[in-house]
Amino acid sequence: MKKINIKKYNWRQTKNAIMTTLSTASVVVAVIPLFLIFFYTLAQGISALNIDFFIHMPKPVGELGGGMANTLVGTAILIGLGCLFGLPISIFAGIYLAEYGNNTFGTIVRFFTDVLSGVPSIVVGVVAYILVVIPMKQFSALAGGVALAILMIPTATRTTEEMIKLVPQSYREAALAIGIPQWKATLKIILPTAMKGITTGVLLAIARAAGETAPLLFTALGNRFWSTDIGHPMASLTVFIYDYAKAPFEDWNRQAWGAAFVLIVLIFIVNITFRFVTRGRYDEQQN
Amino acid sequence: MPPVVVSQTTMKQKTTHIGDKVFKTTTMMFALFVFALVFLMGYEMVRGSELSLKQFGWKFLTTSKWDPVAEEYGALPVIFGTLVSSLLALLIALPLSIGVAIFLSELAPRWLERPVSFLVELLAAIPSIVYGLWGIFVLVPWLRTSVEPFLIKNAGFLPIFKGVPYGFGMLAAGIILAIMVLPIISSISRDVLRAIPNSQREAAFALGATKWETTKIVLSDGKSGLLGATLLGLGRAVGETMAVTMVIGNRPEISYSLLDPGYSMASVIANEFAEATSSLYTSALIEIALILFVVTIILNVIARLIVWSITKKFKTT
Repeated sequence: MKKINIKKYNWRQTKNAIMTTLSTASVVVAVIPLFLIFFYTLAQGISALNIDFFIHMPKPVGELGGGMANTLVGTAILIGLGCLFGLPISIFAGIYLAEYGNNTFGTIVRFFTDVLSGVPSIVVGVVAYILVVIPMKQFSALAGGVALAILMIPTATRTTEEMIKLVPQSYREAALAIGIPQWKATLKIILPTAMKGITTGVLLAIARAAGETAPLLFTALGNRFWSTDIGHPMASLTVFIYDYAKAPFEDWNRQAWGAAFVLIVLIFIVNITFRFVTRGRYDEQQN
Repeated sequence: MPPVVVSQTTMKQKTTHIGDKVFKTTTMMFALFVFALVFLMGYEMVRGSELSLKQFGWKFLTTSKWDPVAEEYGALPVIFGTLVSSLLALLIALPLSIGVAIFLSELAPRWLERPVSFLVELLAAIPSIVYGLWGIFVLVPWLRTSVEPFLIKNAGFLPIFKGVPYGFGMLAAGIILAIMVLPIISSISRDVLRAIPNSQREAAFALGATKWETTKIVLSDGKSGLLGATLLGLGRAVGETMAVTMVIGNRPEISYSLLDPGYSMASVIANEFAEATSSLYTSALIEIALILFVVTIILNVIARLIVWSITKKFKTT
């Protein structure tokens, strides 16, 4: 019987231990920045937050304090516009992909939707500039909304599709069996059943849009004053952070951290909610 | 009377049929719109950059003078900056991402794998602007006071580490980008590794292979998928704007030192687009956006085709 080469065996075991450790270590290294950024933002941001921060307007240069009330409203309006333009398209496209998309055309659309999600947000901003700002001859919230809509479409479309596909086939069969036409079954039975999942998926797309800065820089531009007019430049949380981070005033930098903290908390809440709402469903599908 | 009944049913059938047809066509129109959007974007940018395309032609890509005052625009410095910062990011992020993917798909028990995956995904959810803010106030000062002086002292003989410790520069951009592309590369790599059938692992274990030897086999099976994941990460790095703009230094010059300030394609658009005064200036910036668009589309198409084909291949067999 051939004896095991102990030396070689030990070396293989050592190598195994080294590589396993390296792999585990890389997880630690990868997650460190998450905690660094989160806790630093928390520490810096919380000191900048008070009621004034949410209900007051930015103060002129040189004065301490002030708030970002207009940026919160601005971001909400911009996202509202993004949803208004983007969601109908996404939901109908998602329905098509889920219910009729099992063909070459569906595959192509699915593919291009994924590709669209890889287009840099700054490029989307440039397109919105060409499509809206140039014809209107003015920076406007409308242009920002168009940019955010284009950015939301890929995620929202694919989530709608996935969520509709999760509705059991028996629902469709039951509806068709009692004589409901297919379109009615889709709109009145399948869609409401999938609504919970779609809503959370859409929230995820919204959270991502809320964190976008680049496409707003030259569409919605930013505004230091109160404005709810969608035909004019509008403030947003992210552009506020950008302007205040670059500014050479310590008080402004502090407020940038405050705004970043608000943004990050909003986004994490949505992400964690999405995780919990979809967890059960994905499990069922996998098993 | 039978004939009447027949005509009623046919009528009814016809109406439901029409409803379905209308609905299907409507939803299809929206799907078509999503598909067409990619081409519409490309078309609009070609139209928007016509002036610059005509004026500079291919020279736009090879000249390095970016001078808005003299109305001379060459994109070489920003292309260089984008390339260097993205490749640096990949250099840092790739080994880590593969390590994370191996951990998630091969090593971690199920109870640990889920929370770790979630943490990595959360990293992807942090907005670019927050990365940038952290970059300006934490990363850049740290690089300026500790890392860069150390590099200059100990590795200053290398041309890539020559110069003055500004903090702002290629190195800062590369590190921030590495953190940002890590989640996408590792989560797609994990999916690729998971798609490889367990029979491969079982066969290796049965022959007495160690965990690492088995993992090596799995990795070589998933090679092309890992390449796809890398290309997707590259696509993300190339187009990343805010974080890079805030730390790269924004100077349109080509320098071989990683410590020097540079500029990237996305940054030049972010910084100068709203202030572009002449139509040629705007047009040149739109042309840069067009290049970014084409590059990211190509990267994404190749990467997704690779990832799709590998996950499909292992699903069917």
